[in-house]
Amino acid sequence: MKLIILNDYDQVGEWAAKYIRNKILRFNPGPDRFFILGLPTGGTPLGCYKKLIEFYKKGEISFKYVKTFNMDEYVGIPRDHPESYHSFMWNNLFKHIDIKSENTHILDGNAANLVEECDSFEEEIKAAGGIDLFVGGIGPDGHIAFNEPGSSLLSRTRVKTLAQDTILANARFFDGDLSKVPTMALTVGVATVMDAREVMILITGVHKAFALYKAIEEGVNHMWTVSAFQQHPQTVFVCDEDATLELRVKTVKYFQVQGAEQHTRPGRKGRWRSCATFNLSVSILHSAHSLPNK
Amino acid sequence: MPTNKSVSKAPITQFVNCRILRDHKLQREDLWVREGRILDPEKLFFDEEGYADQRVDCEGLIIAPGFIDVQINGGYGIDFSQATSNVRGGVALVAKKILEHGVTSFLPTLVTSPPNIYHKVGTTSTPVLSTCPFQICKPHPPGLALQAGCHLEGPFISLEKKGAHPEQYLRSFQSGGMLDLIETYGTLDNVAMVTLAPELPNSEKVVRELAQRGITVSLGHSVANLSQAEEAVQNGASFITHLFNAMLPFHHRDPGIVGLLTSDQVPQDRTVFYGMIADGIHTNSAALRIAHRAHPTGLVLVTDAITAMGLPPGRHTLGQQVIEIQGLHAYVAGTKTLSGSIATMDMCVRHFKQASGCSVEQALEAASLHPAQLLGITRCKGTLDYGADADLVLLDDAINVRATYIAGQEVWRK
Repeated sequence: MKLIILNDYDQVGEWAAKYIRNKILRFNPGPDRFFILGLPTGGTPLGCYKKLIEFYKKGEISFKYVKTFNMDEYVGIPRDHPESYHSFMWNNLFKHIDIKSENTHILDGNAANLVEECDSFEEEIKAAGGIDLFVGGIGPDGHIAFNEPGSSLLSRTRVKTLAQDTILANARFFDGDLSKVPTMALTVGVATVMDAREVMILITGVHKAFALYKAIEEGVNHMWTVSAFQQHPQTVFVCDEDATLELRVKTVKYFQVQGAEQHTRPGRKGRWRSCATFNLSVSILHSAHSLPNK
Repeated sequence: MPTNKSVSKAPITQFVNCRILRDHKLQREDLWVREGRILDPEKLFFDEEGYADQRVDCEGLIIAPGFIDVQINGGYGIDFSQATSNVRGGVALVAKKILEHGVTSFLPTLVTSPPNIYHKVGTTSTPVLSTCPFQICKPHPPGLALQAGCHLEGPFISLEKKGAHPEQYLRSFQSGGMLDLIETYGTLDNVAMVTLAPELPNSEKVVRELAQRGITVSLGHSVANLSQAEEAVQNGASFITHLFNAMLPFHHRDPGIVGLLTSDQVPQDRTVFYGMIADGIHTNSAALRIAHRAHPTGLVLVTDAITAMGLPPGRHTLGQQVIEIQGLHAYVAGTKTLSGSIATMDMCVRHFKQASGCSVEQALEAASLHPAQLLGITRCKGTLDYGADADLVLLDDAINVRATYIAGQEVWRK
C-alpha cells in the first residue's frame, strides 16, 4: 500500500486528478485500446473531477478512448432525479469532457430485473478487459461503494440494502428528509473492485479518520470493507491531514518519509521519476515533513 | 456525432460559452437545441448516446428567452389599426423589425376602431396560441416574430379615460354583452387579449365568457373603483393595461385598479399581471418602483409602441397626424403633447433595470417569463426549459441585443 498524505481537500483532488491523467497518458489509449476507469460519486471525488475537467479544457488529456464504470446507483429514483448518480456524473464530469456516452457504464437502478442488471454489469467489465484503475472513496463506516459493514469480501455486483448510517449521511442530499432517501442500491462488490489492476482510494476529512484507521491499521475485516485492499498488490490511499488523525504517529511519519524519499532519490522507485508534473507532490511532502501547525 | 439517434435524426446545436437564464438565475450552462426546441442534454447523452452536430460560441453572452410584447400598436410607419391594402405585409414588416429588439412573439394591438376595421384587420391575424394546456404551440413563420393573436384595446372602455382613442367609436354592452362583442369584432378566433372597462354595465358576463374561452381579459381605460376591479378579477380578468395610465390615480381610501397589486380578493391560485411602459416617460421612475416593489412577480414590460417607433428623428406624417420624434419622445408636431411611446422592448428592459434597481434576471423575466405566464403559454414560450421553443435573445451585460434566434435559427445579428 502507498499512503499519500497531503495538506487539504484541494490538494487531494489535484494529486488524484494528476495521477489519473498521467496514468491515462502513459497508457496511451487508442481506438482499439481503451483505458478502463472505475469511478465513485459523492463529495470526496468532486475536487478531483473539477481538476480533470480543467486538464481536459487545457488540452492536457482526452477521454475519447476512456471507458468508465461507476461503482453504484440508487434503486428506484428516476434517472433524471437531481440526486441520482447518473445526474451526478453528468453534471460533475461527463458534460464537461469529451467522453462518449456508449463508453460510460452506470448501473440502472430502474431496470426491470435488478439481478440481471448486476450480472450484465460484471459481464461488461469483463468484456472491456477488466478495470485498469478503480478510484473509490470510503464511508464513515469504512464501506467501499455500498458494501456496507457485513458485506462479504468476496462479493460481486448486487443489490444492497443501505445501512442506517449511510441513509443518514445521504439525507443532506434529499432536503434532510429521511423518507425521501432511497433504501436500496446497486453496487459493485468488494471482489469486483479487488479485480482491478490498480486501486486508488481518496479519503478526506476528520469524519473519515476512524474508518481510515480501521482500514489500514487493523486487520482485514468485513465490518470495515475497505480493509480488503490490504490484500491488493497495487493500492494507493490518498488523504489529507485531517483524515490521518486516528492513525498512529509512527504510521504517518513512516509514509511521509517514504513519500519524501521517493522524490529525493530518483533512481530508487523510479516510477514517478519521469513525471515533471508531480512537482506539486514534492513540495507538499516537504511541507508535511516539517509538520505545519494547524 | 449523434450515434444511435433513437429519437430523432435532426441536427443538434449546442450553444457554448454562454450564461443562460434558467430557474430565475443566470447559470453557466450550455444550451442544446434540436428541431426548434430546447433539448435535455442529459437525456440525449444517456438515452440516445448522442451529442452536438454544431457548436455556437456565444463568447460569454447572456441567453434569455425571446421577449414577448403584449401591447404594440405598430411601428416603422405601420399602424395595426389601419385598414391598408396590405395588412398582412404591414404586420410582417413589424414582425421582422422587432427581432432587432429581441422580441420573438407579440400581440398586434388594435385601438378603439369602427367594426369594419376589426372585421378586416382581425381576420388577417394568425390564429392565437391556445391557452389550453394540452395544445401544442403553433409554428413560427420563418424569420419573423410570432403573432400570438390580437390584443383588442377597446372599444368597450370608459369615455373619461379614453386617452387618445377616438370617442365616436367607444361602445357599451347595450345588447347584453357577448352580442356586442361579436357585432363589433366579428370573430374572436384570433383574439388573445381584450382590454375593457369593468364598470360598464353587463361587463361581468363578458369577462366570464372571454376568460372561459381562454382570452386574457385586461382592465384599462377605466374609472373602476377597487371593488369593481376585484369583481372583474374574480370573474376572470388577469391583466391591467399600462398601469397608472388611463385609470383613476391611486387614492388611499380607494386605490382603484392600482389596488389590485396588493388586493386580498384575488383568488389564491391566480396572479394579477400588470403592464408597464418603462420608457422613462410614461411612468415616473418612483411610481415604477412602487409598483415593482408591491408586486414584483406580476410586472409585464410592454412597449405600447405606436407607428412612429423605429423611425428616425424628425417629422413624419402618419395617417392624419404629423409626429415629431426627438430622442425617445414622440410629440404631436409643433407641440409638447406626447403622442405615444416609441421605446423599443430592449430599451424598456434596460430602463426598467436601471430605474428599479432589480437584477438582470428579474428585468429579463419581466419581458419574457411574465408575459408568457399571463398568456398561459409557458409550456413553449418565455422560458429556456427543456421542450420550450428555442426563441432566444443573446445579450451582453448591458442588456444590448446582439443576436436573436427563432426556433433555434439565427434571424438577426448585430
